[in-house]
Amino acid sequence: MAVTDTLSFTRVTTVGDFFALLKPRVMSLVVFTGLAGIVVAPGHVHPLTAFTALLCIALAAGASGALNMAYDSDIDRIMTRTATRPIPMGHIVRGDALTFGWAISAMSVATMWLFVNELAAGLLAFTVFFYVVVYTLGLKRRTPQNIVIGGLAGALPPAIGWAAVTGSLSLAPVVMVAIIFMWTPPHFWALSLWRCEDYARAGIPMLPVVKGKRTTRIHIFVYTLLLAPLGIVPAFIGLGGMLYLVLSATMGFWMLLEAFATLREKDEEREPAAKRLFGVSLLYVFVPFLALIAEHLLHLPPLWT
Amino acid sequence: MDDNSFDKNGKAGRERRKRNIALALALGGVVILFYLMSIVQWHENTGH
Repeated sequence: MAVTDTLSFTRVTTVGDFFALLKPRVMSLVVFTGLAGIVVAPGHVHPLTAFTALLCIALAAGASGALNMAYDSDIDRIMTRTATRPIPMGHIVRGDALTFGWAISAMSVATMWLFVNELAAGLLAFTVFFYVVVYTLGLKRRTPQNIVIGGLAGALPPAIGWAAVTGSLSLAPVVMVAIIFMWTPPHFWALSLWRCEDYARAGIPMLPVVKGKRTTRIHIFVYTLLLAPLGIVPAFIGLGGMLYLVLSATMGFWMLLEAFATLREKDEEREPAAKRLFGVSLLYVFVPFLALIAEHLLHLPPLWT
Repeated sequence: MDDNSFDKNGKAGRERRKRNIALALALGGVVILFYLMSIVQWHENTGH
């Protein structure tokens, strides 16, 4: 245990501290998209197998969050947004968070391997590796393209869910992954526009810090321009029906409007358009994926077969 | 370090107890899940 850890450790670590370490809000989004992959995949698995797959996805996502907090605890202390996390607050020792994170990662991958299938376990292991090693330890502090490449880790859960049911991959899960992959940059760049000074203070080369806000606004708009048509592709490959098409097209158009407003934003102090875009982008993942789940549970026909 | 962290009946003691119960429940859950999944796999492999 490091001296600084001992000094900052001011009280007993609670269950709530460990729960906070799992990044429950991020975990809920990952579980949701993983569930979408399980529900829309063709074929049948025992409900308990599906539950186990979802539990493993949730635990691996939480463990990755814990490891991210452990490896980034030095910069989390500096940033306003992350200063209240359990490690900077001195509620959990960094070494404990590392043990907790790696133990749960290993357990979730092993459980997926034992009771679901090898492909799902392999993808889950790759996701943890990519998020922790490639993104957190590699890209985050080195390049403004950190979240573009690192976004792959957050995009993979639908493919893991699909693989858990079918034991294989096809075009449909790849398209679902591509949608989340393309959604990630505008989502995080919108956040970084009004947290720019925070990132600069911590020395993280986010796009607005390195290339300026103007370039970031253009990047956000271009990525959203690519995302909107990509979002409706599931309706034309036999994955989504009319409900999906209408909702994904509406959400895509809405996000495009907010991206355009962000492009034209003059209030660089408060960044109201970027804050609205951030909120709409959260809905962008939730609403169309919910439509996909609803269509499959209600046995509504796909638009294209 | 807070003196209370050594107090078995104080806040620190209660937090430790809660942590132990949470750990026991989590491990118990894993054991039950492994048991049930073993039955599911056995059924699937034997075609019962």
